[in-house]
Amino acid sequence: MTTVLKVQDLEKNFGGVIAARNINVEVNEGETIGIIGANGAGKTTFVNMVTGYLPPSSGEVEFLGQSLIGFKPREVTKLGLCRSFQVPQVFLSETVFDNMLVAYGIAEQTGFSLFRPIHTDDRETRVDNQLERYQISDYRDTPASALPQGVRKLLDIAMATVRNPKLVMLDEPTSGISVEEKFDLMDIIMEAMRQEDTTVMFIEHDMEIVERFVDRVWAFYQGEIICDAPTAEAMVDEKVREFVIGQEYHPAHLEGDANA
Amino acid sequence: MTRLFDKTFWGLTIGLVALFVLNFFLEEWMRTIGLQTLSRGLVAIGLLILWRAGLVSFGHALFFGFGAYTVAMLQIVGVRDIFLLMIGGIFTAGMLAFVLGFLLRQYRAIFFALLNMAFSMILYGVLAKVESLGSTDGIGIEQVTFLGINPGDDNYRFVFYIFAIVFAYVSAVAAHWYLKSTLGMMTMAVRENEIRVEYLGYSSEKAIHSKYIISGLLAGAGGVIMAVTVGHVDPDSMVYWPVSGDFVFITILAGTGNVSATFIGALVYELLRTYAFEFAPEIWQLILGGSLLLIIMFLPDGLWSIRSEWRHKRALRAANRAQASSEE
Repeated sequence: MTTVLKVQDLEKNFGGVIAARNINVEVNEGETIGIIGANGAGKTTFVNMVTGYLPPSSGEVEFLGQSLIGFKPREVTKLGLCRSFQVPQVFLSETVFDNMLVAYGIAEQTGFSLFRPIHTDDRETRVDNQLERYQISDYRDTPASALPQGVRKLLDIAMATVRNPKLVMLDEPTSGISVEEKFDLMDIIMEAMRQEDTTVMFIEHDMEIVERFVDRVWAFYQGEIICDAPTAEAMVDEKVREFVIGQEYHPAHLEGDANA
Repeated sequence: MTRLFDKTFWGLTIGLVALFVLNFFLEEWMRTIGLQTLSRGLVAIGLLILWRAGLVSFGHALFFGFGAYTVAMLQIVGVRDIFLLMIGGIFTAGMLAFVLGFLLRQYRAIFFALLNMAFSMILYGVLAKVESLGSTDGIGIEQVTFLGINPGDDNYRFVFYIFAIVFAYVSAVAAHWYLKSTLGMMTMAVRENEIRVEYLGYSSEKAIHSKYIISGLLAGAGGVIMAVTVGHVDPDSMVYWPVSGDFVFITILAGTGNVSATFIGALVYELLRTYAFEFAPEIWQLILGGSLLLIIMFLPDGLWSIRSEWRHKRALRAANRAQASSEE
């Protein structure tokens, strides 16, 4: 199995504050990783370091065998590692269609093609297909500022994946989404990722989502990964239960065992 | 291809033909107003491109003056042809924008606006002090030739006007097409969300730099036309900061909706200034300031929004009519 991402001894200090330390993880192709941890545990810092937004203090990040240290976000993006944001980063005054059109325009730029008209029939078809894949075609002509939160999240992810990336890091895809909608939203996202053969890692606070969609869990606590294990194992891990999910959480499969 | 040859393209083309025909009937003073309109309109197109990227420059007289003074310098070394002068003016202004762009692209908002002004004031200071550059008296510009041909005194303005409208037309169409390109659409993208642009795989700073160079090229071209029109360059009328203010005035007046609006804005500005100065020489600044105030209060998106508003109302009326007939 191909190793997509390999992180070794990654550390980040902000003055005396340690935001990340001793992070050693690997992601294999096709895996779905769930990153859990309390606020301030270092989850987003980790994503920011891997995607080039924050330079790590020390350590190594390799993506498909290529070191990412010193790379800018746009260079990391071009290599095929993309991300979405906790607060969707879209072009608020533009319609959903124009947001996607610009996303494709930038993603498909090759030198002089930047000067060609952004509207082409082929590109418009790709935009419509992507909107279809993320089930937001109904909002095609709605300005992004007027979108419901869930649709805006989907637009953000749809924009992040226009390059058919190898690995996508989603920062809290279900934050701000109602309980009724979050599973549908995740179904749409995971189905779209499956279609494109994209390896996914996402930050998530909702353990039900983690249990249902994730193969392996990384639990962050005070900048360190205290558990890197298959989901079922992680959910019953002592440290994870003490520091991340709390003792009162009862995973569905354990309840099943208890009833048996 | 039909996407390129849209309403704006045909509108500009009709404008070119109309101005060409009009040239046969224009009085000399009208032609001067026309040439100044084209000159300032070109600069305003550059400002429109920056404005759409969320950037305002209070110092584009820097490039305008650079273009104008390039004409003077080239004439001193014997270059008289308008085509060579134009290439020279565009080249020097573009090079200056290219170099300064490395610094300017790191700044936004008021810092970007005022840093431009600072650079323009440095150029003003240099031009006003250096004797060999004409100091505050400036330098006279001689009549130019057109591909080596001298049309003679009687036809000179007539021919130069044709050169200017064709040049402005080509520039406006190029700018319009540019704004429809991927790089052009990035004006909106960097204004709205630079983080997203970075994570889509392009440098926001690079996008801003390219727009800055284009605005510099256009301002340089405007400077060349103004220098030849006025027949004289001096620091006060070409580089001083109120000159930059005029360009911002025109951009606000026109709005950023369409490149053709900048020429309408420039013409309105030119007429306002000319007539305010003629009929109320004591208070002409008051009239200009008052007009700007009215525009900002009642047409915050500029003159172009009159057209958008009209189309909106027409669509509403059509919808009402359709509803009324269906109810019958």
